[in-house]
Amino acid sequence: MRDRVTFRISDPVILALAFSLAVFGVAMIYSAGELDVPSSVTGIWQKQAIWLAISLAAFAAVLRVSVGWLEWIAPAAYAAAILGLLAVLVVGSGAGPRSWIRLGAIGFQPSEFAKLATILMLGRLVAGRERPPDSLWDLWPYLTVVLLPVALIIAEPDLGTASVFVAILIAALYWSGLSVSKLVLFLSPLVSLALAFSTPLWGVWFLLVVGFLYWTRSYLTETLAVILANVAMGVVVLPAWRSLASYQKTRILAFVSPEADPQGAGWHLIQSQVAIGSGGWFGKGFTLGTQKRLAFLPEQHTDFIVAVVGEELGFIGICLLLLAFAVLLWRILLIAERASDRFAAMVVFGIFACWFAHVVANVGMTVGLLPITGLPLVFLSYGGSFLLVSFISLAIIQRVCAEEKSGA
Amino acid sequence: MSVHGHLPQTHQRPRGRLARWLVLLVFCGLAIQFFRVQILKHTTYALRSDVNRIRALPIPAARGTIYDRSGRVVADNVPGYSIAILPLSIDSLRVVLDVLAPILGQSEEKVESLISAYRRHPNSPVTVESDATFAEVSAIEERRATLPSGIVIQAAPKRRYPAGPVAAHVVGYVGEISDTELRLAEFQGYEPGRTVGLTGVERVYERILAGVPGTRYVEVNALGRLVGAFRGRETVAAVPGRDLYLNIDLGLQELAAQLFPDTMAGAIVALEPNSGAVLAMYSAPSYDPNTFVGGVEPAEWRALNEDPGRPLFNRAVSAGYAPGSTFKLVMAAIALSGGYAEAETKMPIPCRGALLYYGRVFKDWKPSGHGSLDLNGAIRESCDVYFYQLGLRIGLEEVLARAPEFGFGRPTGVDLPSEISGSFPPSLAWYDERYGRDGWTNSVVLNLAIGQGENVQSPLKMAQYYGALASDGRQPTPRVARDGPVAEPAGRLPLDEEQLAVLRAALVEVVNAPGGTARGSRLSRWTLAGKTGTAQNPHGEDHAWFIGFAPAEDPAIVVAAVVEAGGHGSSAAAPIVSRLIDYYLETLETEQAGVEVAGG
Repeated sequence: MRDRVTFRISDPVILALAFSLAVFGVAMIYSAGELDVPSSVTGIWQKQAIWLAISLAAFAAVLRVSVGWLEWIAPAAYAAAILGLLAVLVVGSGAGPRSWIRLGAIGFQPSEFAKLATILMLGRLVAGRERPPDSLWDLWPYLTVVLLPVALIIAEPDLGTASVFVAILIAALYWSGLSVSKLVLFLSPLVSLALAFSTPLWGVWFLLVVGFLYWTRSYLTETLAVILANVAMGVVVLPAWRSLASYQKTRILAFVSPEADPQGAGWHLIQSQVAIGSGGWFGKGFTLGTQKRLAFLPEQHTDFIVAVVGEELGFIGICLLLLAFAVLLWRILLIAERASDRFAAMVVFGIFACWFAHVVANVGMTVGLLPITGLPLVFLSYGGSFLLVSFISLAIIQRVCAEEKSGA
Repeated sequence: MSVHGHLPQTHQRPRGRLARWLVLLVFCGLAIQFFRVQILKHTTYALRSDVNRIRALPIPAARGTIYDRSGRVVADNVPGYSIAILPLSIDSLRVVLDVLAPILGQSEEKVESLISAYRRHPNSPVTVESDATFAEVSAIEERRATLPSGIVIQAAPKRRYPAGPVAAHVVGYVGEISDTELRLAEFQGYEPGRTVGLTGVERVYERILAGVPGTRYVEVNALGRLVGAFRGRETVAAVPGRDLYLNIDLGLQELAAQLFPDTMAGAIVALEPNSGAVLAMYSAPSYDPNTFVGGVEPAEWRALNEDPGRPLFNRAVSAGYAPGSTFKLVMAAIALSGGYAEAETKMPIPCRGALLYYGRVFKDWKPSGHGSLDLNGAIRESCDVYFYQLGLRIGLEEVLARAPEFGFGRPTGVDLPSEISGSFPPSLAWYDERYGRDGWTNSVVLNLAIGQGENVQSPLKMAQYYGALASDGRQPTPRVARDGPVAEPAGRLPLDEEQLAVLRAALVEVVNAPGGTARGSRLSRWTLAGKTGTAQNPHGEDHAWFIGFAPAEDPAIVVAAVVEAGGHGSSAAAPIVSRLIDYYLETLETEQAGVEVAGG
């Protein structure tokens, strides 16, 4: 029975989509290296193809690991991830943020593994409770599990990756069954943070929160905590802004007004939009994008790979890509919904949240909907660690699905 | 049910469903945004993508050649190279310049000025060197592989001035257009980095000489490196500028430069009286206009600018000197035309070396005095005491009112830049304003009468006036270019033929009669007429003037010379004028003989 469970691909559609996206990614990375000028990106697709082979092997291996064993190993994996993040701060390398650990020729990013480890740990927390958390105080374990890696990643500093952890935390709280009103109160400090730039707006929001607290008859301590957190966010944000690294400030400012600094971060966004916009319906043809060929596109093999797709394959290509991701995520959610095990369901939903955050942040930034966070696109962007972790996550999803079907 | 015993929670299915719809909603939103960017704004972005990769590079047009009246080359072009950079940012420009500066031998200052030029015009190629030597070009080409990107080397005709300092002030020079000039109406439609005429004929006839630069389109990458020619748009060929013939006689010009005392400052202007053609114009000290070709190093520019001799200053048109005794002919003309005096009119007080006027002594230049002279004799001997009295007889108000009729107080309108209008008091009110109602007396007319006081004229203005005396009273606008636009109609002196004859006869006596102030400079073959002048110089030795024309019967040339701090006009200036006129008339004679032989 065990072998039957292990090797059955229970959702071939998900696997086919993921595999197709990864192969498509290798093709686009090949195109990203086809430039009219010398580029370090040329030939890099071969590395990605090797990583894809390694990832498929890892997929096959992880498929044999039972969900129960995963739940047992979760604390150890989490501890290892935290150690990895600490190690990166000591011996890490990388341009800009120090997010890499090099072992000979191979470099990997502990933060990618930390995402999965954190999701597993959250799964254990959710599984450990019979009832949904019903007060904000019940959320301390969740917060601790997520904010520990977040703090270490912000120290690298890598704001983009840290924000993915926040998305995972919100998803976990949503999935834990926390009531909507509590969720709103829990998230209210984030809204305060966003509104801190305008005192009147923040004031209105603050009054709304106070009114809501009264209406929901929250505990006194809870009320005080929410009010304090909102005040802190509304007041703390300006000093925090000053502590940001200059490239982070530039990125955020460039999002607010991309035309203001055409050679800086805004330049990336403008060139990305020009590439995508000039693609039109059908694009300029595979490998033929001029923006890319003449090196106007920055990070065309990682952060801005969607811009290459948009320029060379046009709106049609983009729509097919978006459709593939939508179906993939939709089917993952179905597996999460139908899972009869709380741990399994939480892990699958957590992986969904992580990928959804990556896709939206990455695709959104290339067309100017979201700030430039430097988050890679799942399965497509160049990067071995992320591809490997993505296929390991895919194996877990398949395993959950398989166990569900065989157990039912 | 569950494999591990954690029962699913009841909210799992509805929350999952909600999440699925959220996914659908967000992906629809993304698709809509892509539709906006890729389909609705496609035209805009497609254009941007083209603009991104295509750069227009100017192809310099060859400037027209400038010839003198006999076809000798004054300015022409030789093959040269220009080096430009297509920078992406200040930083990338700085990197390229740091590498190029040692190869091109450019100073830190020059590098800074190029960077500030880029800051002002970030969309234009930065011309680093518009006159690169072959050695510099080969040095760059050799190192091409290791050099930063975006360096464009192209053939660019380079200006050459064979006559060098001899004709510098007339011809002027070319250089890269400055921001100040870009804003001027005369350079409308010019782009930064263009080589333009900055002064002299090069500037005044810029539109004729310049031609129209062409454009070639090249494809560049994001680093500004040329990828190749862009085939989507045709190259527009440059239209060369038109040639220009000058009235200048280069031989006369050379002689003027040679005759002028080496260590001294001043100017020489030679005109053809009937046409206003400028035959020669020399300003000393001079400079070599070839220095400016391809941009002048800031240090060199400062040296030229701060030179106390002010070599860049065209003294012939831009310097104002007190005309001294040469102005007596203006007083005489006013007196004749107003009926205040005739040729034989004597003044009540004979010259005893000075005139006492209201308790003030007004000296004559000759302490022993000239005795009793008529107008003719007073001009011949340049008697100050006579002209003091003539000035008083005409009256200050009348002198001020009549001077403009003889062309004073306004520029000649010559086709050269920076001509001064000279200054002559316009009215009595001007004195009131300047010195206060009681701050001046009628005696200012005594000074004006001998060409001193508030009277400052350019050598060209005085040459023009004597040219009118030499011809029939017409004052044609001086013209350096032979085939430039038609000048404004000539002015005319309010003198009849008889009055002109009186003045001419006196001027002939200045040079040829015993007692004449310039007798030492008379010519054997032609009758030279003229007038000396010695202008008081508050800073030192007097400025020496001489203005002469010949042959007196039918003048073909009028020459004015000023030698700053040269002392007496008769000794410092008159010999130069005399030799120039002799040379010119002789050349003219040879030419005419040649024409006759050819014709016969």
